Amino acid sequence: MIVEIGHYALVLALALALVQSVVPIWGAVKGDERAMALAGPISVGQFVFVAVAFSALTYAHVVSDFSVVNVFENSHSTKPMIYKISGVWGNHEGSMLLWVAILALFGALVAFFGRNLPQTLRANVLGVQAWVAVAFYLFVLLTSNPFARFGQPPMEGRDLNPLLQDVGLAIHPPLLYLGYVGFSIAFSFAAAALIEGRIDAAWARWVRPWTLTAWVFLTLGIAMGSYWAYYELGWGGWWFWDPVENASLMPWLAGTALLHSAIVMEKRDGLKIWTILLAILAFSLSLLGTFLVRSGVLTSVHAFATDPARGVFILGILVLFVGGSLTLFAARAATLTKGGLFAPVSREGALVFNNLFLTAGTATVFVGTLYPLMLEATTGGKISVGAPFFDMTFGPLMVPLLIALPMGPFLAWKRGDILAVVQRLAAVMVLSVVAVLVTWMLKGHDILPALGVGLATWLMLGSLAEILWRIKLFTEPSVSLRRAVGLPRSAWGTFLGHFGVGVMLLGIVAEGAWKIEHVLVMKPGDHIRVERFDVAFERAVPNSGPNWDEVIARFEVTDGTSNPPIVMEPSKRTYRTRSMPTTETAIETYGLFSQLYLAIGEAQGEGVAMRIYWKPLVLLIWIGTLIMSIGGVVSLTDRRLRVGAPTPHRVAAAALPAAAE
Amino acid sequence: MLIWALFAGMTAIAVSIVLGPALRRRRGEAASVEAGEVAVYRDQLAEIDRDVEAGLVGSVEADAARAEISRRILRAGRHADATRTASGGSRLVPILAAVLVPLVAVGLYARLGHPTLPDMPLEARKTAPPAGNSLEELVAKVETHLAANPNDTRGWEVLAPTYMHLGRYDLAAAAWRNAIRTGGPTDRRYNELGRTLVAAGDDQVSPEARAAFEKSLEIEPNGILPRFFLAVALAQDGKKAEAVAAWKDIVARGKGDEPWLADAREELARAEADLAGKPHPRGNVAGPEPPPAGKPFVPPTPAPPAPSAPAAPPAPSAAAPGPSAADVEAAAQMSPEDRAKMIETMVGRLRDRLWTSGGPVDEWLRLIRFQTMIGQTDAAAQSLDKARAAYAGDPAALARLDALAGAKP
Repeated sequence: MIVEIGHYALVLALALALVQSVVPIWGAVKGDERAMALAGPISVGQFVFVAVAFSALTYAHVVSDFSVVNVFENSHSTKPMIYKISGVWGNHEGSMLLWVAILALFGALVAFFGRNLPQTLRANVLGVQAWVAVAFYLFVLLTSNPFARFGQPPMEGRDLNPLLQDVGLAIHPPLLYLGYVGFSIAFSFAAAALIEGRIDAAWARWVRPWTLTAWVFLTLGIAMGSYWAYYELGWGGWWFWDPVENASLMPWLAGTALLHSAIVMEKRDGLKIWTILLAILAFSLSLLGTFLVRSGVLTSVHAFATDPARGVFILGILVLFVGGSLTLFAARAATLTKGGLFAPVSREGALVFNNLFLTAGTATVFVGTLYPLMLEATTGGKISVGAPFFDMTFGPLMVPLLIALPMGPFLAWKRGDILAVVQRLAAVMVLSVVAVLVTWMLKGHDILPALGVGLATWLMLGSLAEILWRIKLFTEPSVSLRRAVGLPRSAWGTFLGHFGVGVMLLGIVAEGAWKIEHVLVMKPGDHIRVERFDVAFERAVPNSGPNWDEVIARFEVTDGTSNPPIVMEPSKRTYRTRSMPTTETAIETYGLFSQLYLAIGEAQGEGVAMRIYWKPLVLLIWIGTLIMSIGGVVSLTDRRLRVGAPTPHRVAAAALPAAAE
Repeated sequence: MLIWALFAGMTAIAVSIVLGPALRRRRGEAASVEAGEVAVYRDQLAEIDRDVEAGLVGSVEADAARAEISRRILRAGRHADATRTASGGSRLVPILAAVLVPLVAVGLYARLGHPTLPDMPLEARKTAPPAGNSLEELVAKVETHLAANPNDTRGWEVLAPTYMHLGRYDLAAAAWRNAIRTGGPTDRRYNELGRTLVAAGDDQVSPEARAAFEKSLEIEPNGILPRFFLAVALAQDGKKAEAVAAWKDIVARGKGDEPWLADAREELARAEADLAGKPHPRGNVAGPEPPPAGKPFVPPTPAPPAPSAPAAPPAPSAAAPGPSAADVEAAAQMSPEDRAKMIETMVGRLRDRLWTSGGPVDEWLRLIRFQTMIGQTDAAAQSLDKARAAYAGDPAALARLDALAGAKP
């Protein structure tokens, strides 16, 4: 009964979304207040019903109700409870349900926080949001229904893909979806503005928190996915330029560009048309990512839906929304008023520079990801575009962007003084050159990594210098504390975001240039020296878990000091139901950021193939992204984003309890 | 029924959400709205002051920006005036929409849903009375039982052949390992484990399987079945001389009337030919047939799939109408008399088919061997004659038939 209640709730959500997609927009055109006022309550109601549906599916997974096809195909009674729950979205149908649930959540949030929006804009935004929702409800119900049932249920399920039975999976997709779907709000705002034919600086300010929220989640989601790949796949890499990874990177790059161009729009009423285009682009790329992953075009861990019907449906959604919004854009862009003028060297100019390189980067990734698919579709030829392509194209594109990055925040609006900026950054420049020289001398006279370290230093110290200059630490230390408190939170957010980029870059450079890799066959009793560590294979121990058996290889690692040896136990698991092996790596962190990484391969005679890596400063990669995200959150708390927040009105009282659900 | 009441309640909630604004009086929301838009610009004015203080904007630019933002405030005001003229709106549209909601929901759910199908949580189903249990359900029950009592040797021994039957060789092997762990090592358990591993490894005798057979021999040094597999393993590894020695040893252990002796001799001949580097006279003969069930050295569980030497790939077993896995499984459950009868029936089926409509030479060879094994020597001789007649024009086939005839004891 609970399962069917969930199914019916999902159908009701679709019915509500249908109403929401037509009536408020009709109201906005006709100036009908009643019709426009419908948008808010329906958004909230929609979310409540989808939440019921999602809870019902979760219930079915938790109690192993194999009469639900989705549970049978992706669950097993012996699976640990956490993976029974995370398994709800660890499969195609469930993850699409999560997608619509998050879509509805964002709609409800706009309804709740957006009461300061002009009535017509709010009605249009929620109307457009409902278009997207309708398309995805139909997709879920007609091609990927998670509530399909068996009359004669089997006694046991097929278990979840073992690679996905991991805490990383419990977190990664929801974060990523919050990011992807968050951009739908920016898209809805853009489409609504185009429908109204009117955009101004206030628009940018209203969109900003949504873009920022989406960006924060997407950043965390990508970082989480990367870390998951690092420790779970056992290859020791953290980014593979896999099409699925690229699918999430593209909206991130476009979203980062949007975040920056929206600043120009908000402050200077400029770049309006461009910003609208970027908003459309960011969400279109999110949809493209969904299409690539869901259609079965790609084969990878993520591509669990290989049903062509689904691919065609998503392609339809993609064409409809991208094509529709771009047509709307073409029709309306000419009528939009241009914004203020600015000199090339100015804050605006710096942000345009940023946008130029970020969109070029997006285009590079786009080409590298889609060209092989297009080629295969048209000529049948198969080519592989991998890391070398991206290293040659995306890498060099990012270098000028990163060099310019610390200078941007120093520039004044409208007309900047580049000489003054150079003066202010002179000390940082000197320190960065010192960093290059020191690295070059200490680390084997290798110039590229040395330059990388220099660039990372430049980024970190440069953003630090900006914030210190703003609080006048060097010129008027007495007022610094007061100024630090008084500084807008967005300034701190900028600092953290940019500083995080530097930290991440340092991790990438160090891991890339100085990692040590040993692949060898080891027998019990063997030991090997890796960097300063003595890694000794003690013995192999069989073990078993709730739904898997494993062989643990017990290692003792001494680090050349008198510290007691550390036991590391990588293992090779076999999940019983799917008879599928997975590699459980053993990772030990030394000196805060560097890691020793052990992964077991195949058994070779009496020994076992081992991959042993020393990964200097590797953790900085994810710590950097974490700092970037924190920067986003700090910026979200900026008071100017709360300006115009609802004054406690009659409306607020009515909507609060509903939105709290 | 409760579910219909809940559906009705949910529909009512959805409809009331849509109807809400239509039923309520018109509200003047517009006033607070422009306040929101203007508030944005007022804050921008304040921010310019902050920027001036931070030295981000010169005073001239700041003045220009202030003028610009003031213009925005005016524009926002004008826009608000335009929207204020909006009408209160009709009640018709929300009412129409409210009608639409149940129509869409009920219409779609009627196509997709299964309102009468109850939830079926696994726990509840496991404790339910066993009505019409399928094999899978029984397996699930035994599995649950074993999860709670992992030391029940008998449970593992029941489960293992069932897994084998379901084609889950890995699980079957694990079950035999558990049986050995809990019930102690016996030659039979090791033999079963070994055969399961052979089946799991596409009839190749893996090092693990070999270890199992060796353990079995340690316990019962006179075992024949493990010797068969170990000899095949030697041939697999290319240790031809050792393989010959092993087969000789097996043949020497026969007293002369054991049904497996024929196969052992045949294998010995083949191994010797192999060792001598000659093309094997009998060419593509299938590997040794399993010694029939019910004899002293054979455990009361299924006969193994025939292991085959790599030099002579086995006849495609899918095409060969030998006993199917299910037949073998069934045989294991029978009394010796029933088993003998069943084997006779199966051989009879094969004979009838080949004698009447003929078949590939591999099937003929198989039939002749089966007949010899179960003691129907006259029938075997007849089969041989018929096969010779059928393949009169095929020297290769004739050579194989002759070789089989010559190898017969």
